[in-house]
Amino acid sequence: MEIDNYQTPGNSMAPTTDESEHVLSVRGITVGFGSKIILQDLDLDVLRGEVLGFVGGSGTGKSVLMRTILGLTPKRAGSISVFGHDLASASEKERTAIERRWGVLFQQGALFSSLTVKQNIQVPMREHLKLSPQLMDELATLKLELVGLPQDSADKFPSELSGGMIKRASLARALALDPDLVFLDEPTSGLDPIGAAAFDTLIRNLSATLGLTVYMVTHDLDSLHSICDRIAVLGQKRVLAIGPMGDMMKNDDPWIKSYFRGERALRRT
Amino acid sequence: MAFLEKNIAPEMHLETDSDDHQFLSLSGDWTISTIGGAEDQLLEFELSKDRLTCIDVTNIKNLDTSGAWLIHRTRGRLEFAGRKVELTGVTPVRQSLFDEIEHHHPPRYKPEKGGYSIVQFLEDTGRQMVESGKDGLAMLHILGSIGLVTSTVLLQPKRLRSISIAVQFDRSCIGAVPIVALMSFLIGAIISQQGGFYLKQFGADIFVVDLAGILVLREIGVILTAIMVAGRSGSAFTAELGSMRMQEEVDALHVIGLSVTEVLVLPRILALMIALPILTFVADIAALFGAGLITWAYLDIPPAAFLTQLQAAITVKTFVVGVIKAPFMALIIGLIACVEGLKVEGSSESLGRHTTMSVVKAIFLVIVVDGFFAIFFAAIGV
Repeated sequence: MEIDNYQTPGNSMAPTTDESEHVLSVRGITVGFGSKIILQDLDLDVLRGEVLGFVGGSGTGKSVLMRTILGLTPKRAGSISVFGHDLASASEKERTAIERRWGVLFQQGALFSSLTVKQNIQVPMREHLKLSPQLMDELATLKLELVGLPQDSADKFPSELSGGMIKRASLARALALDPDLVFLDEPTSGLDPIGAAAFDTLIRNLSATLGLTVYMVTHDLDSLHSICDRIAVLGQKRVLAIGPMGDMMKNDDPWIKSYFRGERALRRT
Repeated sequence: MAFLEKNIAPEMHLETDSDDHQFLSLSGDWTISTIGGAEDQLLEFELSKDRLTCIDVTNIKNLDTSGAWLIHRTRGRLEFAGRKVELTGVTPVRQSLFDEIEHHHPPRYKPEKGGYSIVQFLEDTGRQMVESGKDGLAMLHILGSIGLVTSTVLLQPKRLRSISIAVQFDRSCIGAVPIVALMSFLIGAIISQQGGFYLKQFGADIFVVDLAGILVLREIGVILTAIMVAGRSGSAFTAELGSMRMQEEVDALHVIGLSVTEVLVLPRILALMIALPILTFVADIAALFGAGLITWAYLDIPPAAFLTQLQAAITVKTFVVGVIKAPFMALIIGLIACVEGLKVEGSSESLGRHTTMSVVKAIFLVIVVDGFFAIFFAAIGV
């Protein structure tokens, strides 16, 4: 994969491959609240089948960017296209079709508290598809086991689950419709190292077997090292650098340097 | 665009080779969006084709976990019935998908039970009885701990959270004045208009003042205000305490060493007990004002005559009988709201249920208590 390193905002990244390989293209996005501009003229491309890790300091707008892409936060300028369709000009039907093909894991899980885990996983299936109750039950259990939850958690309510289990259940819901693109907001934070490693392996496997494209906001250096094909760094209201781990290690930007080659990062090795 | 192209419906062809073995050849998309219809078709194959030896997946265009599960399930059932079925044409990538799925065995499907039975009904009734017993106990518990906290506050007045009480008072009293006044004004007007309509037939229109004055001051003013406050502040208390419980804020208070009763419950209940008599007074005045306007407009009783008749009809006692009930009703509303709020569990549904219960119980008990007061006042001859 070619490396893109752009130093000036607005200098859009030259497409490295065929346009159709861009699952997600963000062009010139500006987002702000009141007089405060969070993101300015930001460009980003996510390629098909890759695992993109997104890092950046607290409050630099990682979650805001994800929410903007998902259409939850309004943008002031720019365009976002997902699966080759511009979200702003997409018809209601196209938008539903797009939403069926992406899954989202929110930072706090965002499970529906009045439904059991199984019902939570079945929500997208019930709403979008016509499947027999038996098949839905089996698929829900399959997804549950796929993310490493025991079968007996199927009938529990979110309030009865631990933090790590909520993360997993929420991932199972995000994967319910076998999406092509999943957004993960800090999926491994709050998990024990074993659980986090299992999570990483799961993401890697899904990406390999299903051609899943993963957009992952994370601060877990292990995840970044082990499963991310490319890493994007957010800072100064734009994408500071994007490329594989090797590039990040060579980058001379002070923040990137201290992030990937800081005391804590080096202690790992 | 590769990602949003039209789905191809899954297809299956049955082929027979020279050895009389049957092959099931699958093609099209086997993804979660398309397999809905294929499930029944596959079921038919399971039942009827007992010479099936091979399922070929070479021609499948797109395959995801759901499609793979359906194929695997079919194959598994056939093998369970004693027939060897091979899966052919699996690429290495798909093989890893099938391998992954093979590890999972969902439990036997149990359809959800529906319908009611007598046993169920009896069980529910029993549960509700136990539940209401526990409710009463919880209320006594909070009442007891309020008594305890109040006695400590009396000994150490510094521990009274006056700012907290002031904030709650502002929300539940000052904020409620406009709506309570408007509602009572309308009620006073309606009572005198309706009463006047009938009394006029007997030439007794002037007694409409007695009717409105006594009714409003003794009963309607306080009871309608209490109902409004139960709906307005009671529901707010329950929702506040409930969401604090959901976010573990109540637990945080415990751990920091603060008493929930002292910090959350007492200020709310005290504020409500101060607020309700004041609101009742506001309601009484507004209702009498409404009654006065209507008698003037409909029955031609001028304000001066209205006031003279009112002075003859009511005494301070009439007003006190109404207002004395207000703090008790406030206590009931506050207690129920706090008990229900602290009973909220993790889900948003539970929050909604307890908020509803809080308002319903509070209004019901306010009316019951009003009835007891009526009996009591009649007994002592007030």
